[in-house]
Amino acid sequence: MERLDEFRWLIPRHGEMRVPGIIYSSEHLLQSMGRDESPKQVANVAHLPGIVKYSLAMPDMHWGYGFPIGGVAAFDVEEGIISPGGVGYDINCGCRLMTTHLTFPEIRDRIKDLVIALFQQVPSGVGSTGSIKLKQKESRKVLTDGARWAINHGYGSPEDLDHTEEGGMLAGADPDKVSPRAIERGRAQLGTLGSGNHFLEIEVVEEIFDPAAARSYGLEKGQIVIMLHSGSRGLGHQVCDDYLTGMVKHIGELDIELPDRQLACAYLKTPRGQNYLAAMACAANYAWANRQVLMHWVRKSFEETLNMSPKALGMRLLYDVSHNIAKIETLPVDGKDRTLCVHRKGATRALPAGHPLVPVAYRNIGQPVLIPGDMGSGSYILTGTDKALEETFGSSCHGAGRVMSRAQATKSSRGRSITKDLADKGVVVMASGRGTLAEEIPEAYKNLDWVVDVVHRAGIAKKVARLRALGCIKG
Amino acid sequence: MSMINRRFRLFDHTADLGVEFFGPTREELYVCAALAVVALITHADCVSPDQEKHFSVEGADETDLFVNFLREVLYLINGERFLPKTVAINACDAYRLTAILHGEHINTQKHLINKEIKAVTYHKAAVEKTEQGWKGRIIFDV
Repeated sequence: MERLDEFRWLIPRHGEMRVPGIIYSSEHLLQSMGRDESPKQVANVAHLPGIVKYSLAMPDMHWGYGFPIGGVAAFDVEEGIISPGGVGYDINCGCRLMTTHLTFPEIRDRIKDLVIALFQQVPSGVGSTGSIKLKQKESRKVLTDGARWAINHGYGSPEDLDHTEEGGMLAGADPDKVSPRAIERGRAQLGTLGSGNHFLEIEVVEEIFDPAAARSYGLEKGQIVIMLHSGSRGLGHQVCDDYLTGMVKHIGELDIELPDRQLACAYLKTPRGQNYLAAMACAANYAWANRQVLMHWVRKSFEETLNMSPKALGMRLLYDVSHNIAKIETLPVDGKDRTLCVHRKGATRALPAGHPLVPVAYRNIGQPVLIPGDMGSGSYILTGTDKALEETFGSSCHGAGRVMSRAQATKSSRGRSITKDLADKGVVVMASGRGTLAEEIPEAYKNLDWVVDVVHRAGIAKKVARLRALGCIKG
Repeated sequence: MSMINRRFRLFDHTADLGVEFFGPTREELYVCAALAVVALITHADCVSPDQEKHFSVEGADETDLFVNFLREVLYLINGERFLPKTVAINACDAYRLTAILHGEHINTQKHLINKEIKAVTYHKAAVEKTEQGWKGRIIFDV
């Protein structure tokens, strides 16, 4: 790798790479990665047909399967491909941040009660099912209408859609392209958090870096906010699995040698590529409906626990953004607008001020970029920039990024009470299983401050506020 | 359980779960892999072999067949909420097989679910015949 500047490393074109790779990172972060194979994966993605300019990785990059986690790649819609592995199994896994009128001093003594209420009201854990049981016809409506379906069924208000990427409804969704297996898996899981790294966190605005942006986003120091991280559950996993298998089966039709079967893909213009795009949009919409319903349970839990009216609580959606998705977007390439299929696998869209897809309320500031940290370490809110649009197809990082495998994390947490460790730091945690807690210990992740520092100083998103964790529900 | 423990081992992968499986024959490799998946998800001792399920899968080669077999097992667990206790492999060659599984539906009162395995990936997937028998390698998305 060649160092380009303080925060960018170049993987020059070699072998069958069609474009170079560029990694956003710092010396410190790169050194912490050890034997992680993600740089090789950045190079592998550069083999795919129709890739435009470069294969990118964000500073939270780590070893995935096929694409690296933290990878961004854009493909020409005429000559390029779409890859289920470039989106991931959890299609439209993403974050949603809600603000409230509450301040930390007001609820300091109620955090534990709120965590218990959330744990009881919000179904979480492996294979969790919710109270919504979708009939076949309704399932299809969820897949086409996304968060709009949830609003129409009383889970939130229409204004929430203005503050959701794509209005919570990705166009082109066709339920006929989703297998009966996937639809069946989605029927009982709407409004459930899931397991693994998915969570729900009560946080307090601890530090404000950009007062004007914070004001526009409705953030004040000491304010209570809620960060939610979830995706499309079993339905999304099944859509990815179905299409990936189909593409592996027809890999010969591509006429190229793939360095990894997990990179299996289809040309976007072919029926196979179009069908995946339509099925992926369904799963993305399911995820937006899911997070919209989850927000409703969160609001109910707060209202009931604190005995407050909706107006007094003032829970409002700041923004909802995906970090596992492929989308057709118009983006500038060398000064000219081009229509591209952008894959963000563990990367967040980060549009600048003035962009028409930024909600009107934030248009003079930029799109909110939500970066959750590891369990208990809080989160960041950033804003998209012109530089991101120019350099990274309007993308930024998505989290801290793992450094420790789950097995290592479990081993190093043996004999410790993780709940107590976190309680000592002032974070109340409830989880469905100890297994998850052990795998998600803070040391398993890169330092969030370092990751965010890189994107901020590299200019591909700007810090607005840092949030400190107070209470956390893990699946 | 101890028998299964000796026949698979975890290897490190940053975000996911890497597992190597072993079996003296191809059929036993498949049985080992299916039961290892169950053992990673729950305490297999608590599963009763009350109900029967069967499926057939095909693959373009040894590795593809192995991946497709485990995808099917995982679908039974995640999609149909069925936990296999015993697995028998019939008519197995490099390209196709039939599996007969006995087990029961997940009952959260009875089965403690330790871990969610979301999917079987093709990344570094491999099946090979060694001097000691058969070896399979899979990275699961968890």
